[in-house]
Amino acid sequence: MDEKPLTRRSLIAGAAVAAGGALLSNLPSADAQQVANQAVAALPPPVVPADPTKGPGGPTTAVGSRSAFVNPTRAPVGEITGTTLTPLHALTGTITPSDLHFARIHAGIPAIDPEKHTLIIHGLVDRPTTFTVADLKRFPSVTRPHFVECAGNGRSAYRTPKPEMTPQQVDGMIANSEWTGVPLSALFREVGVKREASWFLAEGGDACLMARSIPVSKGKDDALIAWAQNGEPIRPEQGFPIRLLLPGWEGNTNVKWLRRMKLGTEPFMTRWETAKYTDPLPGGKARIFSFEMDAKSIITSPAFPERLSKPGWWPVSGMAWSGRGRITRVDVSTDGGKTWVEAELLTALTPKAVVRFQHMWQWKGNDSLLMSRAVDETGYVQPSMAQLKAVRGPGTDYHFNAIRGWRVARDGAVTFEANT
Amino acid sequence: MRRWIFLLAAVAGTSCRVDSRDDYLGDKGPGQLGIGHAATNEEIAAENFDVLPNGTGLPAGSGTAEQGAPIYAAQCASCHGENGEGKPPYPQLLGGPRNTFDFASDYKIPRTIGNYWPYATTLYDYIHRAMPLTTPGSLTADQTYAVTAYLLAREGILAPGQVLDAKSLAAVQMPARAHFVEDDRRGTVGGAKVR
Repeated sequence: MDEKPLTRRSLIAGAAVAAGGALLSNLPSADAQQVANQAVAALPPPVVPADPTKGPGGPTTAVGSRSAFVNPTRAPVGEITGTTLTPLHALTGTITPSDLHFARIHAGIPAIDPEKHTLIIHGLVDRPTTFTVADLKRFPSVTRPHFVECAGNGRSAYRTPKPEMTPQQVDGMIANSEWTGVPLSALFREVGVKREASWFLAEGGDACLMARSIPVSKGKDDALIAWAQNGEPIRPEQGFPIRLLLPGWEGNTNVKWLRRMKLGTEPFMTRWETAKYTDPLPGGKARIFSFEMDAKSIITSPAFPERLSKPGWWPVSGMAWSGRGRITRVDVSTDGGKTWVEAELLTALTPKAVVRFQHMWQWKGNDSLLMSRAVDETGYVQPSMAQLKAVRGPGTDYHFNAIRGWRVARDGAVTFEANT
Repeated sequence: MRRWIFLLAAVAGTSCRVDSRDDYLGDKGPGQLGIGHAATNEEIAAENFDVLPNGTGLPAGSGTAEQGAPIYAAQCASCHGENGEGKPPYPQLLGGPRNTFDFASDYKIPRTIGNYWPYATTLYDYIHRAMPLTTPGSLTADQTYAVTAYLLAREGILAPGQVLDAKSLAAVQMPARAHFVEDDRRGTVGGAKVR
C-alpha cells in the first residue's frame, strides 16, 4: 500500500463532509460490504453425500465455480484508494487465478465500455494515431507469462512485522499471469516514433488519470499493450480493456485502463513518480525512477497460520521471481540461514515471471527457521533483512525484497520471522 | 523481438525457417500495417493534460494564495485538514520538518510538499488530474493555480501575494529537488551487490 488505505466507509464519511457524496451513492454501501464479508467468513461447512458414487451429481453450469470447500479470498475489500491482496498461501503453481490477482487502485475501478475506449499515441511521432481496442487486436500479438508486483509489496513486513502474518499479508501484492497483447515496439513503428523521443507518458482512464513517465527504450524492449490475461479479457481491476505491461518493472508503471501515450524528450514528473514511488535512502537521498523489481522469493507453505501435525517429511514450497530476467537458483534453509540447500525448480524458467520451487524437508520436531533465497541470471542474490536495511534505511518506502523467514515451533505452529 | 523470434526458431530446430512474424515485424517487413486512424486535434485536445517541469502544458490563467485559501477550505480541508495536516487515511500535505532529508531513518517523518516534492508543476498537474477525489476535474484553471499558490505559500515557498501563472509556476524551485538521485541499481544489470 502506497498510503494508508482509504475504505469506502471513510470515503463516504469524507465525501459527506465535502458535499461530494452524491456521486458515490450508487456504490454498494460499506455496511453491505461488511455483511458480505461476514457471510463468507461464517459460511457453514458444505453438505455432501456420504458416498458421491451412489447417485448422480450436479448439473453443468454456464460459469464454473470453486469447490464449496475452497474459498480463497483477497483482502481487504471495499477499497477506493488502496489495495486488495493476493491470497498467496491458498495458491500453488505459478499462475494467479485472475479473480484473485491483487489490485492497487488510486481512484476506484472505472467501468469502461470497450467499444468506446481508445488509445491515443501522440507527441514526438510522425503519425499521431488513435487506436480502438479492436484496432489493437489486429496487430500480431504475443502471449507471455509475467509477474506484476507493486513496488510497495512487503512494506508491512519491513516496518511493522508480526509473527501472525500470513504470506498474503507479507507479500500479497505479487501475482503472475499469462498476458496477451501487442508489443509496444510494433505500435511505435506504426506511429513512427521520432528519433529524439526518449520518454513517454502513459496515462490511464481512471478517475485520477494515473500517469507515469517511461523510457522509450523499455517500450522498444519488451513492453506490451495487453488486452488478455489468462486466456480471457483483462479483468476490470487489472485495467480492462487494455493496460500497459512492463515486464519486471514496478507495478505502478503497468498503467491500467490505458488511454493515452505521449512521446517526449524528458520525464513529465507526475505525482506518482515524485511524491510517491521514490525511495528515501541514507545520506539524504531519494532514488527516483527505480523501475526494476529486485529478485525475491517467499515460502508459501508451511507458513502462518498452518501447523505441522507431526514430525516427518514436509514439502517446503514457494515462489521466486526477478525483474531483471530469469531466476537461476533458489536456496532453502531450515536452520535460520546457517546452511542452505538448492531447491528444486518445478516450472519453466522464463524471464520476469514467477517460478515455483520445492524442497522436501524431514522435520524432526525441533525448533526450526525456514528461509528461501532467490538468485537471478545477473548474479543478484536476494539479501537478508539486515543487509537490506543497512543499505536502504528503516524508513525507505519501496522495493522490500528481503529474505522471508518462517519459524516452526516444536508443537508445529508456524509464525512469520521478518528479521533475517 | 527479433531475439525472441530467433530463440524460438533455434529451439524448434528449424533455423532455415523464417517466422511468419518477420513478414510484418522484421526489418524487411512493411513496418506499418495502416491500422488505427489519424488522431484528430479534438481527440488529442480532450486528453492532453500533462505538464512538464519547464511549464509546457500549463494553461492560461492565474491565482494567488489569498484566492486559494477559501477554495482549499471548501474543497480540500475536509480530507487534508484545515492546515494540511492530513486526516488519515488522507495524506498530510503541509508542515513536514524542513532542513533535513533524513526520511530513510524513520518512515514516520512526514513527507510533505515543502520537504519532499521536487517539482512545483507536479502540484498543478496532480490537482488538475485527480482532485478533489469525488469530483476530479471540477476546478477551473484559475482555481487550480490559486490552490497551488496557497499550498506553496503555506510551505513558505511562495510569497503570499505572488500571482501564480504558467510562467511563475515553472520558475518555482522546490527545496527538496537536489536530493533526488538516479537509480544506481540500473546499468549494473543487477549483479551481486545489494544497492
